[in-house]
Formats: sequence, C-alpha cells, structure tokens
Amino acid sequence: MEAIILQILNGLDKGSAYALIALGLTLIFGTLGVVNFAHGALFMIGAFCAVTLSRILTLSHTIVDETRTDFLGNPLKVEVPYVHDIFGVSTGDVIIDWAVPLSILFAIPVMIAIGIIMERGLIKHFYKRPHADQILVTFGLAIVLQEIIKYYFGANPIPTPAPDAFKGSFDFGQALGFDPNLIIYPYWRIVYFAFAMIIIGAVFAFLQFTTFGMVVRAGMADRETVQLLGINIDRRFTLMFGMAAAVAGLAGVMYTPINSPNYHMGMDFLVLSFVVVVVGGMGSLPGAVLAGFLLGVLESFASMREVLAVLPGLNQIIIYLVAIVILLTRPRGLMGRKGVMEE
Amino acid sequence: MSKSTLTRRGVLKSGAVAGAGLALPTYLAAGSHAGYTNAPTGSTVTLGFNVPQTGPYADEGADELRAFQLAVEHLNGGGDGGMMNTFSSKTLDGTGILGKKVEFVTGDTQTKSDAARASARSMIEKDGAVMISGGSSSGVAVAVQALCQEAGVIFMAGLTHSNDTTGKDKKANGFRHFFNSYMSGAALAPILANNYGTDRKAYHLTADYNWGYTTEEAVRTSTEAMGWETVAAVKTPLTQTDFSSYIAPVLQSGADVLVLNHYGGNMVNSLTNAVQFGLRDKLVNNKNFEIVVPLYSRLMAKGAGANVKGIYGSTNWHWSLQDEGSKAFVRSFGEKYGFPPSQAAHTCYVQTLLYADACNRAGTFNPCGVAEALEGFEFDGMGNGKTLYRAEDHQCFKDVLVVRGKENPTSEFDLLEIVEVTPVDQVTYDASIFGGELGSCNPGA
Repeated sequence: MEAIILQILNGLDKGSAYALIALGLTLIFGTLGVVNFAHGALFMIGAFCAVTLSRILTLSHTIVDETRTDFLGNPLKVEVPYVHDIFGVSTGDVIIDWAVPLSILFAIPVMIAIGIIMERGLIKHFYKRPHADQILVTFGLAIVLQEIIKYYFGANPIPTPAPDAFKGSFDFGQALGFDPNLIIYPYWRIVYFAFAMIIIGAVFAFLQFTTFGMVVRAGMADRETVQLLGINIDRRFTLMFGMAAAVAGLAGVMYTPINSPNYHMGMDFLVLSFVVVVVGGMGSLPGAVLAGFLLGVLESFASMREVLAVLPGLNQIIIYLVAIVILLTRPRGLMGRKGVMEE
Repeated sequence: MSKSTLTRRGVLKSGAVAGAGLALPTYLAAGSHAGYTNAPTGSTVTLGFNVPQTGPYADEGADELRAFQLAVEHLNGGGDGGMMNTFSSKTLDGTGILGKKVEFVTGDTQTKSDAARASARSMIEKDGAVMISGGSSSGVAVAVQALCQEAGVIFMAGLTHSNDTTGKDKKANGFRHFFNSYMSGAALAPILANNYGTDRKAYHLTADYNWGYTTEEAVRTSTEAMGWETVAAVKTPLTQTDFSSYIAPVLQSGADVLVLNHYGGNMVNSLTNAVQFGLRDKLVNNKNFEIVVPLYSRLMAKGAGANVKGIYGSTNWHWSLQDEGSKAFVRSFGEKYGFPPSQAAHTCYVQTLLYADACNRAGTFNPCGVAEALEGFEFDGMGNGKTLYRAEDHQCFKDVLVVRGKENPTSEFDLLEIVEVTPVDQVTYDASIFGGELGSCNPGA
C-alpha cells in the first residue's frame, strides 16, 4: 500500500511538468494551429532564467586575501557578492538563497518577450504552411536555442538549489499512520505540485472569466467570425503565444531544484509532452492537464522494482503503450473534440 | 525495346565482387608505406584527439582537448614543459617526437560509439593520424580501440573506467592509463568499512550499460567481502533524468547505504534527487543513512554542488596532489587556462607524453615498436607515483585516490578532499580474471 502511495506522489511532480508543458502546447495549437516543437526549449530557457538570476544575484567583486592561497599558490582572490555590500551579509544570503522563487518574477516578462519575438519573427510566416514545415522549423529553432544555451552555460548540469527552508522531505507515512521513513516526499516537490495547480488554475480562470479569454476562446472556435466582428484576433493569439511560453518557462524555473538544468533538458520533456497532448486530445486544455498527471503517475508506477522485475524496461515505453491503446480505442484522445486535427 | 542481358547468376557474381571490394577495409588504402599505417614521411607527425565536443560530456571533452593541446605545445618546445620536467624518462626534449614536429587533428565522438568510430576512421584515413587518443565513455573507448586495432594505429585511451577496456575487450594496440572499476571497489571498500562499519545493507542504482555493470560488480564484490549485504541492485536507463521513482523505494528496502553507480549527468541528477528526499538525514537500522559514489570527477562534483559534501568516492587523480609532477601540470594548465585541470585532462595529457616517449625510446612510430616500448614500462613523475604499464593487459597500475566531498570548500574548484592514497598493491589483480585476449599487435600494413 505504501509503495502505491509513494509512486502516486512521485508521479505528481513529473505529471505537473508534463501538464504545464502540454498546456502551453495545446494553447498554441488551439489558437494558432501551430505544432510547436520548440516548446521544450522554452521550458529549458525558463530553467536558465533561474540560473541567470542566480548568477546576477551572485555577481561579485574580488578582494585579495593575503592569508590564503589559490591552487597556483598565489594570494587567494575571494569573491564578495554585491548583494552583501548592498543589503548586508545575512539579508544578502537570504536573497541568494531564494533565487529560484525570485526567478519567477524575472522569468515572466522574459518568457513573454521571447514568445512574442518567436511568434512574430518566425512562426507567423508558417501559419499557412503544412504541419510538417511547422514541425521542421520549430524543431530547428529548438536546436538553435539549445546550442546558444550550451555556448553560454556549458554542457554540464548547473546546480540550482531550492531555498534552505524547503530542504528535506515530509514523512507522509507517519502522517498517515504508517511506519516512519516509508513514504517520504521532498518539500520542494510538494511546492512544485502546488505551483503547477495554481498556474493551471490561473490559465483556466483567465480564459474562462476575462473578456480577453472569452475572445480568445471564441477565436479558437471560429477565427473568421471573430475577425468579421472587427476584433484583431491575431494580436490576441500572439499574446497567447507569449503566455504559453511563460507557462513553459515557469514550469522550467521551478523544476531547477528537482533536476539541475542542462541545455538538453527541454528535449527530454518535449516528445513526452507531445504524447501527453495526443493522449489528452489535440486542442483540449483539460485533456492536456488530465493526461499529464495520468501519464506521470503511470510512468512512476512502471518504474517500481517489482514491476521492472517482471517487465524490464516497461518504464521506458509505458507512455507510448498507453498512447497506442488510447488512440486505438479513442482516436481523438481522452477529451479531444471532433474536427480538430481531422480532415 | 532492347533485350536485357542480365542474368541472375551474373548479378550475384557482380554483387559478390562489389561486396568484397566494399568490405575491404578502406584504411588499408591509408598511407601504409614503411611497413605500418600512416608512417610519417615529412617533418611532422599527426596525432588524432577524439573527444566529445558535443553532447552531455562536452565539458569533459573540452577539458581533455585543452590537455591535449597543452601536451602538444610542450612536446614542440612551447610553454614551461609541464610534466616533461618531472617525468622519470628523459627522452622528451621539446623537439617533437623523433625530431618531427607534432601536429594534431580533432574529432567529435558525441559520446556515441558509431560517431566516435566514424571520426577516428576519418582522422586515420584522411588526416594520416598515427595515434588516436580520447574518451569519456567506456562504450566509445572499446569501440574506437577495436577500430584502431584493425587499422594498425595505437589507441591511447582517455577517460574510460570500465574493466572491459583492458579486460574482456582489450587489444594489443590499445593502452589505458586511467584506473578501472575493480580498482575503485578495492580502494573504496576498506575506507567504507572503517567509516561506516561492516554491518551495512547496500542498495545499488546502476547505469544500464557496460561501465555500470562492471562498477556495480566491483563494489558489490569488495563490500560483500567485508560483510556488507546487498539488498537490491536496480538498473537505471542511461537517458533517465529524474531518479525519484528509483530513490523513493530505497528506504522501504531496509537499506542503510545507497551506492550510485552513475557517471556524469546521471550521477548529478541521482545524487541531487537522493539528497532532496532527505536520505542522508535518516536513521535506518540505528545508523546514519549514507551515500557512496564509486567514481568521482571534479566536473561532476561541480554539477552536484553542495550535495557531494561528505560523500565518499574514488578518483584517478586530483589537482590538489602535492607531488612535483602534479604541481608542474597544475601550474602549466592553470596559467594557460585559468583553472585547475580535471582528472580527464590529466590522463589525456599523460597518455600523450607516454606515447611520445615510447616512440622516442622505440626509435619508430611503428605501433608494434611503440607497444613493445610501453609494455612493462615503469615510470614516475606523472602525478600518480610509481606506475607500471602492465604488459599482459596494457593497464596502468598505480596508487588510487579515495576522496570525499569537502564540507567547507574555499573555491569552486575545491570540492573534493583526498582521504586516502590507496597503495597500488591493494588494487592490483590477476590479468586473467576479466577474460579477453590481447591478440597480437597490428602495424596495419
């Protein structure tokens, strides 16, 4: 029983990341009709927003400590962060410690700007082209973006820890009456799951309860009619692209303490997120979220030692197996709508 | 309409002849005068450095490439000479190798065996490389070593830690300076027993490929011999980035030690996950829960950040060593590049110098002459103390370092501290235990 609870919990944080990325993919597909293979790269760039802010907050000047030596035997040059000079050592350390949550504020404008530039500068030229062309150009863009990141940040993972307040894990087992240590779950992953739920809720509320959201939904349903009413739907769709980029970016920012960011982390999530979108149903936002969590939890179950002992390697293919079964039984996915991605 | 004269038998014959022609190794067409492949005829000799320049080990490959460039600079008389001044053999005098200026070409392995073989083949056939070096993955090293054996050039392995490289897959044209999984296990086990006791239950997470298997086997064998029990050993896919579903069941198993047979990005992520789950704060079986990383590198430690604090592992070399050879190399490398070299850089630099010295002593670039000069060669002054290139398997035998993640690092490079220099006798084994046949040297012509 405790093993099952543990794997459900494990699946939730990965499912959160899948759901957030798939949500952005679906937003872009639903509004602009573009299959965006650069979406994983946006997740990765979000993670590197956290790395960048960490580096900005630790920008330092050098003082020479004559009492110590460096690896070449020269007097040691000690780096003193500017935030220590400005806010004092203790407050400065707290600011540096909270770099990842603070990166949310940094990442939102950056990601929206990147999204809008991407859409206006490149992707809008491919609206009337076949999906294959869109996939090729966005996949190429993803490779360019990840190579740029590799050039500036290197190929190795960069540790970006959570604030000290969220170190360690919560003992769910003890809280539920099991023995201690049987069901433990890191505090930061609880934060990640809660954060994902807030973002997902905010996106749905924005689309459901604001005038802007209503127009966008109307545009998704019937673009031409909305345009005939004199509404500039293209401009709104461009902003939606920026918003989808921000959602992917925020998913990346908060994921950095879970896995140290590296330049190809976007590719690791991209293909799986596409499967999530297909399983959820192309164009269906609730479907993307539901499938994200469902597949995250299933993948976690398939990684159990007891399962792997019977079916080795199942965790590598489980998501694709589920996709095959869903597409055979429900060709439009779990919550797909008639007429989307169909002739 | 013309009548075709093609017959089934004719097509089969033509196909067989064409197939045989294509199957003939193209490197036989590489310069094969003077009795061996790519014998240098002019005033220069070309070496091929095959490292990961793209892909997840690109930073490690970049450091290897820096070391190769430094070695070539020193061989040609540039810089301060580095370890050439401390090397016990004195044939290297800054005039290149056998009086020929050293030039080099580079290839990108991408940490993929097929890409590595293609780039090595290109360096041999097109660029006339007489020796190939480089690494960062045992799978790549084994593949390129086999290619060099067929092509008739020497392979001086860079970073490769699997027992197989000089075990079941050893080749007469291949030589490894880096240590291996067996040595890691033999060096680590006594330190683990001293620090964590002999009554421990270990849980292994193992990268699902050649190197992971040999490392798990080596650490299991060594620790079980001390009294530890292995409660589970789970293979993890090489492409895995989130190890939480593998880490979570560890405590349920009753284990009180987690051994991460992971390298590079795998190790960074699995260790980060294990620390996030708070494993090191737990008390299991009335003992503190511990984590062990059999193969450490400074670049990996940098990736894992503060998570490495207090964790034991082994390494081939570390820049903080205070012997004259290490100090000379760190000075040369540090002044040229502004930071200390990694163990990958060290082994690549040493391998290049060892190859050059072997050519000088043999008086030829002929791989068979070079191999003979390296076999059974004893040397010192290269950072690992007295070292033997064992003739039976072309594996270097030297002291092994046991290291621990430093609690209070003073800089971004000061991440590991040496806790023990395990003497070579403790990590030496019989050459036959891993099987394989060295075969005979292939000069290629």
